[in-house]
Amino acid sequence: MNAMPSPPAPLPPGEGSESLIQLRAVTKTYGQGPAEFQALRGVDLRIEPGEFVAVMGPSGSGKSTAMNILGCLDNPTSGAYVFRGLHVEQLSRNQRALLRRYYLGFVFQGFNLLARTTALENVELPLLYRGEPRAARHARAREALDAVGLRQWEKHTPAELSGGQQQRVAIARAIVTHPTILLADEPTGNLDTQRSHEIMDLLVALNRDRGITVLMVTHEPDMARYAKRIIHFLDGRVDADHRNGEKH
Amino acid sequence: MFLSSLLLALRAIRRNLMRSFLTILGIVIGVSAVITMVTLGNGATRVVSDQIASLGSNLVMVRPGQRLGPGRDSAGAPRFKVSDAEAIQTQIGGLNAVAPSTNRSLTVVYGANNWSTAVTGSTDAYFTVGNWRLAGGRVFTETEQRAGKAVCVIGETVRKELFGQQPAVGGVLRISNFSCEVIGVLASKGQSAMGMDQDDTIVMPLRTLQRRLTGNQDVSSLLVSVGDSANTDRVMADLRLLLRERRKIATNEDDNFSILDTRQIAETLTGTTKVMTMLLGAVAAVSLLVGGIGIMNIMLVSVTERTREIGIRLAIGALEREVLLQFLVEAVALSALGGIIGIVLAALASVGLAKVMQVPFLFDPGINLLAFLFSAAIGVIFGYFPARRAARLDPIEALRHE
Ligand SMILES: Nc1ncnc2c1ncn2[C@@H]1O[C@H](COP(=O)(O)OP(=O)(O)OP(=O)(O)O)[C@@H](O)[C@H]1O
Ligand SMILES: [Mg+2]
Repeated sequence: MNAMPSPPAPLPPGEGSESLIQLRAVTKTYGQGPAEFQALRGVDLRIEPGEFVAVMGPSGSGKSTAMNILGCLDNPTSGAYVFRGLHVEQLSRNQRALLRRYYLGFVFQGFNLLARTTALENVELPLLYRGEPRAARHARAREALDAVGLRQWEKHTPAELSGGQQQRVAIARAIVTHPTILLADEPTGNLDTQRSHEIMDLLVALNRDRGITVLMVTHEPDMARYAKRIIHFLDGRVDADHRNGEKH
Repeated sequence: MFLSSLLLALRAIRRNLMRSFLTILGIVIGVSAVITMVTLGNGATRVVSDQIASLGSNLVMVRPGQRLGPGRDSAGAPRFKVSDAEAIQTQIGGLNAVAPSTNRSLTVVYGANNWSTAVTGSTDAYFTVGNWRLAGGRVFTETEQRAGKAVCVIGETVRKELFGQQPAVGGVLRISNFSCEVIGVLASKGQSAMGMDQDDTIVMPLRTLQRRLTGNQDVSSLLVSVGDSANTDRVMADLRLLLRERRKIATNEDDNFSILDTRQIAETLTGTTKVMTMLLGAVAAVSLLVGGIGIMNIMLVSVTERTREIGIRLAIGALEREVLLQFLVEAVALSALGGIIGIVLAALASVGLAKVMQVPFLFDPGINLLAFLFSAAIGVIFGYFPARRAARLDPIEALRHE
């Protein structure tokens, strides 16, 4: 188990002891005029440190939109996103980039690894932007690859890896910085059942052993079963939110 | 931050070897073509101006007819006479020598050898005017000139072709229908600025040529050597007035003769080679531009991939300026590398080609710098600006880019 490294505090002090994440009446509108579409219609959400949350819901219900906002990759149209007491929607581009750099890990549905770049280089990329020295970068990248069981594949490029292996490299890249929160948008969407369960075991282990808060979008109830809490989206709203195992 | 950008840029170059290679290639071809062309052109210009300097200083040439404009056809204009040369000699001050001359192209025979060459009839002033020196023998005397004796002085090429290893002075040539004794051999002058062999010549007294070959008293041109202290423009103005008077040209009529001085010829010729250099340079600049377009294509084709790459970098926490710095370093590194290779290649090619073309290799720092800066600009513009557009997107938009 690794202690949380203390980042060179890019964040101003927050509002005090609150939830890790709070969404308050968040909306997101795409397009303009007749093409206007409201993907989120007022989402309220709280996530506490150490949670493992699965986000479910029909296609087009706004899951990815919400994840992108939570990952500071996108800005809400209205409403507030408070991360550790900090109003993200009021931050500058650079401040949000620093939030991503020091607190967030994001796993995309489409992997999004750098082509023709070895697994090791892909994984150490976030550390490069943190200005870590070479030796530390390599050590931590190897450690992350170890955690996803790909230590012996570090010299391989994405084209030489299977889909499951690529997804695990992507997860290694997301956790190499020891993020506070790991956001994964359909991490098993492109994988067969066996690989999917392996990825889930990995996420559970990260959540349990390292205390990383995990937020994961999935369509598959089998995968959602690994989470401690399940949030259902419907038409851009939170439709249901319950602890796993409880009745709907 | 700069170091990590450098590292990232070098990684990107290594990762996309083919793209990097093509980018460099485009710049190398353009840069080396421009520099080589301009360098060789400069060498050629130097050759021409050197040769003109060897022509002899301040030579003024007078010909019947106008070179340009109406009356351009010299056939219509009346010829000069020997008396014109004499009048110029006596009435215009500051002249070294005046040589009336007439040329014929003829085949000359010596023993079993024959050779086609230019035969000039003139006075001994011809040797002064043309800066000729003797390699052996003598030039014709006053008496020989007046009597129109069959004697001649031959150029080095004619000597070599007709006499080979044999002594030339004292030999008797058969020129057309008469025999002519060789009394002297001219020292070699080599090629003229126009690329003609100046040593391929035979000079004989004007009288001899007129009597035996042309059968009239005409002189086809007057060669005037202006003294170093005299003002060439003044001399030319005086010449013009004198000839107009002698040829009875009314004030409202145009000249029916033309006066050229070597300075003009020199200017015209160096002007021509300069134009050639500029033309070659322009052609080469087009290749530099084509190279640039090639680079632009490569960059645009890869823009989708690069936009996604930028999206990934932004998503994991890169700042916009870090991404931009990386792409700037990458573009500058590639174009600088291409520029340097291009300059080295151009130097090698110029040295080699200069040897083949027999022109001197003149290193021109200006064009090297210009081509280098241009290639750097191309690299930066086409490598950096698409990246800048991408880096300003929200990470999620850049990632979604198709
Ligand atoms: N960039 C965009 N421009 C316009 N509309 C968009 C954009 N992104 C998403 N949408 C729309 O917003 C709605 C919500 O999209 P989102 O991707 O959040 O759904 P989702 O719940 O993740 O669906 P899925 O399960 O299919 O991934 C969809 O109707 C989609 O068409
Ligand atoms: Mg989605």
